[in-house]
Amino acid sequence: MKIAVLIKRVPDMDVRFKIAPSGTAVDESGLKFDISDFDGYAVEAALQIKEKQADPASSEVVVISLGPDVVQETLRKAMSMGADRAVQLKYDTPLHDSSAIAAALAAELKTGSYDLIMFGRMSIDTANQSTGTYVAELLGVPIITAISQLTTSDRQLTARRELEGAYELIECDLPAAVSIDEGIARPRYPSLKGIMAAKKKPLETKPAQVGEERYKLDKMELPPERAAGRIIGEGKDAVPELVRLLKEEAKVL
Amino acid sequence: MANMNVFAFAESRNGELRRAALEAVTAARGVADSTGGQVHAMLAGGPGIGALAEKLAGCGADVVVVLEGAGFTNYNPEALAATVAARLTGGAYRAAFFVASAQGRDLAPRVAAKCKLPIASDVTDFTVSGDAVAVKHPGYTGKVIQSFTLRAATAIVSLRPGAVLPKPNAKAGTVESVSSAIDAAAVRVRVTSTVQSEGAKLDLGEAPVIVSGGRGLKEAANFKLVEDLAAAFGNAAVGATRAVTDEGWRPHSDQIGQTGRLVSPQLYIACGISGAIQHLAGMRTSKTIVAINRDKEAPIFKIADYGIVGDCLEILPVLTAAVKEAKKGA
Ligand SMILES: Cc1cc2nc3c(=O)[nH]c(=O)nc-3n(C[C@H](O)[C@H](O)[C@H](O)COP(=O)(O)OP(=O)(O)OC[C@H]3O[C@@H](n4cnc5c(N)ncnc54)[C@H](O)[C@@H]3O)c2cc1C
Ligand SMILES: Nc1ncnc2c1ncn2[C@@H]1O[C@H](COP(=O)(O)O)[C@@H](O)[C@H]1O
Repeated sequence: MKIAVLIKRVPDMDVRFKIAPSGTAVDESGLKFDISDFDGYAVEAALQIKEKQADPASSEVVVISLGPDVVQETLRKAMSMGADRAVQLKYDTPLHDSSAIAAALAAELKTGSYDLIMFGRMSIDTANQSTGTYVAELLGVPIITAISQLTTSDRQLTARRELEGAYELIECDLPAAVSIDEGIARPRYPSLKGIMAAKKKPLETKPAQVGEERYKLDKMELPPERAAGRIIGEGKDAVPELVRLLKEEAKVL
Repeated sequence: MANMNVFAFAESRNGELRRAALEAVTAARGVADSTGGQVHAMLAGGPGIGALAEKLAGCGADVVVVLEGAGFTNYNPEALAATVAARLTGGAYRAAFFVASAQGRDLAPRVAAKCKLPIASDVTDFTVSGDAVAVKHPGYTGKVIQSFTLRAATAIVSLRPGAVLPKPNAKAGTVESVSSAIDAAAVRVRVTSTVQSEGAKLDLGEAPVIVSGGRGLKEAANFKLVEDLAAAFGNAAVGATRAVTDEGWRPHSDQIGQTGRLVSPQLYIACGISGAIQHLAGMRTSKTIVAINRDKEAPIFKIADYGIVGDCLEILPVLTAAVKEAKKGA
C-alpha cells in the first residue's frame, strides 16, 4: 500500500492573534507552528494502515507539504512519527485559493501512483475545506470527505462519515482519496528513536506548480470582542435571577 | 450582469427537506432580486421527493429542478455533483449557493471542482456587486475574520449554517424534472446506508438553544439532567466537550469546538465546562452564553453573559423546573 498524506504547517491556535501591518496576514512573531490538527490525524491513520499490512515494510507513507522552507520542519515531525519520506513543494508566498493550491498538489501526486491519498477535513488556519476535493477531481480519483472511521483492504475502503444526528457508511474502490475528521486516531508522539531516524529520511524539495488564484484575500481582522461576562450568583438560589434575565434582558425564553 | 439567474442547492435527507435548503434558497432569492433574475433550486432524492418543491417555492424559488430516482435515496455525491455541475455549466448563473452542513460541505467543493471554479467556503456574510462577490469567512478557529473577493463567472458560495435565516417569500416554484448527468448506479463512491443516531432529536446546527455538558457532569448517566433541561426548552439540542466524547459519554457527533461542530445558537448553556480555547472556538459566536461551573475562576465565565457558580448536578434540576414554569406562562 502506497499512501500519501498532505500536511499543512499552521500556527498553534492557543493564542490571541495579532494582525500583521499588511492587514492580510497574522503577525507570526512569537507563534509556534505544527502540523494542522486534522492532518496530524491523517498521518496517524496512514501509519496505522501501514502497520496493519501483512508486510509493513513493503508499504510506504509519503508526506507532502506546500510552502516555504520552514515546512521542512513540519515534514520532519511527520517523519519522526513514522512517515518514510517527504516532499516539499516550495512556494514562498501565502496562498488562499484552494483550487490554486490543489493544482500544485495534484501535479506532484500524479507521478506517485498512490493507492490512498489522505487529507485533513480542513486546514485549521484558513479552513477552506475543499483542497482535497479539487485534488481528487484533477487526478480523477474518488474522494470521501470528513471521515471518522476507515478500514481498508487491498482493493477497497469502507468509511463512516458523521452527519447532523446521523452517520453514513460509505464504500469505494482503491485507489482513492479521503479527508479525515476527528475520531479516527490521535497522533502519536514522536519517540526519541523516531526523531533520530527522521533526520536521515529523504526530504525532497521541488518548485510548486500552483494554479491561478481567483479567490483573493483582501483583509484579515480580529472579530469583535465579547462583552465581559458577569457572575449573577451562587448555587441554585441564583436560578430565578437567571430565568428573569433570559426572559427580560436576553429575550431567549 | 442583469437578469442573471441564481442557483440554490436544496438539501434533503431521508425524504425530508433540511433547514439548509431553505437557507440556500433565501440567500439566492436576495441576490436574484438584485440581478433581476430567477432562483433555480435543485432538489434531489428518492421517488416522491418532488412533493417538497412547494416548500422551496415558499422561500422564493421560481423554478424547482427535481432530480428524482432510486439512485438518490441515499446521498449520491458523485451523481449529484455531476448533475449540479452540468446545470451550472449550461445555465449562466451569477452565483450558486450551498449551505455547509455535512452534506453541503461535501457537495459544494465537488461541484466547484467539476466546473473548474474557485469556491468560497463557510461564508458568514457576502455581497454581490458587478463581477465580484465579496465574502467573509472566519478562520483560525474563529479568531480571525478573513475577507475575500471571488472573481468567477459563477460564484460558488458555501454558507455557514445559520448565516442566512429562511424567509418566506412565495414564488411560482415551477417544477422542472431533470435526470442524472451520469449513471447514478455506476458511481465510485457508494453511500450504503444513512443511519439515524440514537436519541438525536434536534440537530446542533439547527437548534436555537444548545445545552452542553462537560466533564463536570461526572458520568454519562448525569447527561439525563442536560437532556431534561433541553426538553424543557423544547427547541434545544444537546452538545458536549471533547473530554466527554473521549470518555464515550456522548457520541463524537455531539462535540462542539475546534475539532467538532461550530455552532451559534441564540442561547448556549455550558454546564460543567471549563471553557478551554478549543471548546470556545466552536461556540463563542453564540448570541447569549450561560455558564454553570463550580470554579469561579473557570475561563468559561470570561465569555459567559450570565454565570452561576455552583454544582451543576444540583442547579440543573432547579433550572429545568424554572424553565418549564416560564414556558407555561409564555
Ligand atoms: C487539538 C485539540 C483539539 C481539541 N478540540 C476540542 C473540541 O473540538 N471541543 C472540545 O470541547 N475540546 C477540544 N479539545 C480539548 C480541550 O482542550 C479541553 O480539554 C476540553 O474542552 C475540556 O472539556 P471539559 O470542559 O468538559 O473538561 P474540563 O476542562 O476537565 O472541565 C471540567 C469543568 O467542570 C467543572 N466542574 C467539575 N465538577 C462540577 C460540578 N459538579 N458542577 C459544576 N462544574 C463542575 C470544573 O470546575 C471544570 O471547570 C481539543 C484539544 C486539542 C489538543
Ligand atoms: N499548503 C498545503 N500543503 C499540503 N497540504 C495542504 C496544504 N493546504 C491544504 N492542504 C491539505 O488540504 C486539506 C484541506 O485544506 P483546506 O482546503 O485549506 O481546508 C488540509 O487538511 C491538507 O491535508
